[in-house]
This record gives sequence, structure tokens and C-alpha cells, in this order.
Amino acid sequence: MKSAFLTDATICIGCKACEVACKEWNEVPADGMEWSGLSYDNTKSLGASTWRHVLFLEQPVVSGPQVADTKDPFRWVFLSDVCKHCANAGCLEACPTGSIVRTEVASVYVQPDICNGCGYCVVSCPFGVIDKRPGDGRAFKCTFCYDRQKVGLMPACATACPTHSIQFGPLEELRERASERLVELQGRGYSDAQIYDPRETSVGGIHAISIILGQPENYNLPPAPEVPTIYLKSAWTSAFVSAAILVAVVCAAFAIS
Amino acid sequence: MTPPSNREAPEKATEERLQQIRREAAETSARGPAHNTQIQGHDSYYGLPALKPPVWTWEVPLYFFIGGISGVSGCIAFIAHVFGADPAMIRLLLWIALGGAAICPALLIADLGRQSRFLNMLRVFKLRSTMSMGAWILVAFSGCAFLAVVSNEVELLGYRSTIVSALRWLGEASGAMTGLLLASYTGVLLGATAIPVWFTHRRFLPAHFLTSGLGGSSAILELSGFFMPATQTLGFIAAGLEIVFEALFEIRKPDVEAPLHQGRSGIAFRIAGLLEGATALMIRIIWGSAPGGRRAAAICFLAGSLLSRYAWIWAGRVSAKQSDVPFTLQRSGGAKTLSR
Repeated sequence: MKSAFLTDATICIGCKACEVACKEWNEVPADGMEWSGLSYDNTKSLGASTWRHVLFLEQPVVSGPQVADTKDPFRWVFLSDVCKHCANAGCLEACPTGSIVRTEVASVYVQPDICNGCGYCVVSCPFGVIDKRPGDGRAFKCTFCYDRQKVGLMPACATACPTHSIQFGPLEELRERASERLVELQGRGYSDAQIYDPRETSVGGIHAISIILGQPENYNLPPAPEVPTIYLKSAWTSAFVSAAILVAVVCAAFAIS
Repeated sequence: MTPPSNREAPEKATEERLQQIRREAAETSARGPAHNTQIQGHDSYYGLPALKPPVWTWEVPLYFFIGGISGVSGCIAFIAHVFGADPAMIRLLLWIALGGAAICPALLIADLGRQSRFLNMLRVFKLRSTMSMGAWILVAFSGCAFLAVVSNEVELLGYRSTIVSALRWLGEASGAMTGLLLASYTGVLLGATAIPVWFTHRRFLPAHFLTSGLGGSSAILELSGFFMPATQTLGFIAAGLEIVFEALFEIRKPDVEAPLHQGRSGIAFRIAGLLEGATALMIRIIWGSAPGGRRAAAICFLAGSLLSRYAWIWAGRVSAKQSDVPFTLQRSGGAKTLSR
């Protein structure tokens, strides 16, 4: 079965229960507390010790549901972001130790007993998710609660979510559910609602899709993420051509003298 | 049971922390309602970075530099042998190759988060992971350089035989091939990532790093007293190429290249380019007939070459934090169409 998340920004109430449940279940260490001043988002981004991140968007939209503040109205939108578990995952392709693997539920899993902290996955993730944990040295990200899934439990975040904004299930079923929900939302006046599920790019689909209001960029979601291995062919071609030219130049230099 | 005195301490600390949080909250709210000043734009999420910056430490750019020089040295040693050049120079080149091959793994291991697990690099052989390829290239190059040095030393001691000679040719030829891979794969390593300033230059980086390795290897020969015409020629070519590269960056300046023009990484990149390009070439033209001039040009090139590796890593860190650039590239198709 291909497990997946469907995270619906139109239902999320920004309670951060998912962040807490994830930290507790996975025993993810604390990574500091800083008042950001960016709405109620003091988490700011996913990272080595943040595997669920609730975004707080304040959109300059003054009509429709979810509008806050009567004096100076704005639309307040929340979305719980997570590792996308890409079909073609940059981190998995880049990993030189084979620590990052694809599991039987189609998720991307970092084996902590193999990772040697080389850091190449960090620059290979087009979503900026995986990172090296300071003090530990290894790379960490969402495990898709692989341990829970092994014994038939839902991931901790989806279990804790009080509004069913985070739904867990088979990918195809969730895609259908997302389409139905989109039609419903548009019927209710959310004209800028859309499904974030980039399938047309080299990433080839993700296992953590979402329903968002507005553009993916507003949520720091790349509109067309590419897996960096697509750059290998042109880079290696350049390396071989340049090496051949170098050999010719050195031969010429010794032949002349 | 924990003694009461120890239990009071954390409570006091918690109270102090709470006071601090209250003070910070008051300061933040004094700046006015968050949505008035920080309301969402269209390009990113509060301008926060969408990518993670490289976590590599200072050892990695130094490794790029040393690996480049020792790899190209292995290649020049073989070609010099084919053309019957000075055996003393070939001997030095082979030792540079082996010395570099000995230093490089130490630098790479020092950068690892879990150094005791460095051998995990050789658990798998992954063509699609440039980091994995690099580990195997370094191992192969070390073996070839070792074989070449040992057989060369045996020959110099006077034990000449067909087998020793064959082993030397084998070590040198395979050392030349793996050396070229070692000097160029680091460009591929940066090029095949999600960092905009790196992947948009994935064709340029391997050529740039090879040129750097060529000029660096020839510079070390000159600093060791080998002032033959070949090293002068190679010095001229490497510095000339670096000027061309530098000029290309000055002509067109898209947003994605901002880290190469602005800030600390931009200054480092420019100084590096001037040192290994224009300065090294000018010294060679004006003062190139004297050993002192060639030494000065060699030092300039080496300094510029080393600094440029650091500039590329620093530029990568800045590039990862340019919140709008990756999205703009993707919207314009630049992330994909430039790739093939």
C-alpha cells in the first residue's frame, strides 16, 4: 500500500497538536524557542528536530470565511507542513551510505544507525526539509511514523489532529477525497482553493499532498520542485568534455617544449 | 528521590524563563499587530528560506582544492612520462598525487557528523549519488597513486624490470583517469543539488574546478623550482581561462547569481577571480622571464584558486536563503529547461 497524508488548510485550526504529538512519539529533542513575530508561527520551518510545522498565513483577503479581526480584517489560514516523501526523492538519491531507503509503504526513511552525517541530502532536498541535527551529527526528518505503521497504527500527527485536517490513508483514495473537497470548497466561494500535488515535474508525485488557499509560494511550497539528479547528465558531460580538453592542453604544452 | 534543594532550582529557572518570555512577548507586541507589518506577500512565506543551506564545514572546500591539485598532478605525471619529461618532475608530481590522496580522506572524515562511520561511504556504489561516486573515485585514485609512486621509487632504486615498468605505467595511466575524475566530480557534486546558484552553474563548475586544478598543479611545480616552458604555458592557459570565466560572470547578472556579486561571498568570489585570473596573468606577462615572477604568479593563482572554492560554498549558503529565487526559477521553467 502507498501510504499518504492529505493536509487540508481549510480545516486546520492552528492548534499545533500535530507538532507536539510528533515530538512526543518520536522523542524529537527540543530545538529552541524564539518569538518570531510572524503571526503565531514560532516554529518557522521544518528541520532536523521539527517534522511537523504549522504555518500561519495572514492573507490580504477581506471576504469569505475564516476572516479575523473586525477593525483590520484579514484571512487567517493554517497549514501543517511535513516531509513530502517524494516518489523521486532528492535525499534518497543523494545518500552515499544507503542510509535513506524507500519503505514498503512508499515512504522515505532515514536509518539512524547507518547515517554518517555527510550532509549531502540537506542540499539535495528541493523542499528544504531534511537537515543535520547539531550536536548529534546525523540527518533527520519525518519517518512517516514507520514504527506505528508497522503495527497498523496511524502516524502520531494524524492521530492527534482534532479536526481531521491531517488525513492518513492510501494515496489514490486521498487524491480522490482531495478532488471532491476542492469541488465543495469552490462551490462555497473559495475560488483560490487548490490541491498541492506536483506530479508533472521530475519529483514524480509526493506522498503528502495538501489543500491550500492561494499560491504554493505563500506556503513556501515549491510550485515545480525538481529532483536534483536531473542535473547529473549535463554536469558529468561537462566534466568529461573539460577533462578531455585538459588532456589535450597538457599534451600540447609538453609537445611544444 | 530528588532532594528538595535540587527541585527548587529548575522551578526558579522556569520562573525566570517565563519572565523572559513575557518580556519578549511584550516587546514583540509593542511593534504593533503582526499582520499589519508582516502580512503575506505573494512570493514566499514571510521571506523565510525555502531551502536548507549546506552544512559542510571548512574542510570541504579545502578538500576540493587539494583534491583538484593532486588529481590533475596524477594526470600531468602520466602525460609527462609519455613525452619523456624530467624524471625528477614526474617523481614530484606522483608524490603530490599520493600526498593529496592521503590528506583528502582526513578532511572528508573530519566533516562527517559521525566520523566513526566513515566506512559506511563504501557500503553502496551509487551512480546517481555524486557523493558516493566521489568516495569511490578517491579510493581508486589513492590506490593508483600508491602503485605509481611505489613502482617509480623501485625503478629509481635501480630495480628495473618489465613487471615494475608495466605496474608503473598501469598506476600512472589509471591514476591519470581517476585523477581527472577526482578534480572534476566536485563540480558535479555541487551542480546536482537543489541550491540555485550551484545547479544553474552545473556545466561551468566542473570546467572551473579542472582549470583550477591544472593551474594549481603547475604552480606547485614552479614553486618547487621546475621552471620549464611547459609549466609557463600551463600557467598562462589556466590564468587566461579564469579571466574568461570571470568576464562571463560580469557580463550577465541574473538574480540567481547575486551571491556571486554581493556580500561576503561576492567579495570573496571577485577577489579569487582577480587573483587566479588577471593578477596571475599580468605577473607572468611582465615578470614571467624571472623565476621570482613565476613564483609570484604561482602563489597568486594558488591563493585565488583556494579562495574561489570557499566562495562557491559561501555563495551556496546565501543562495539557499534567497527565498524567492528558487520559486521564480521554477515558475519560469528555469529549474528544468536549463538542465538538459
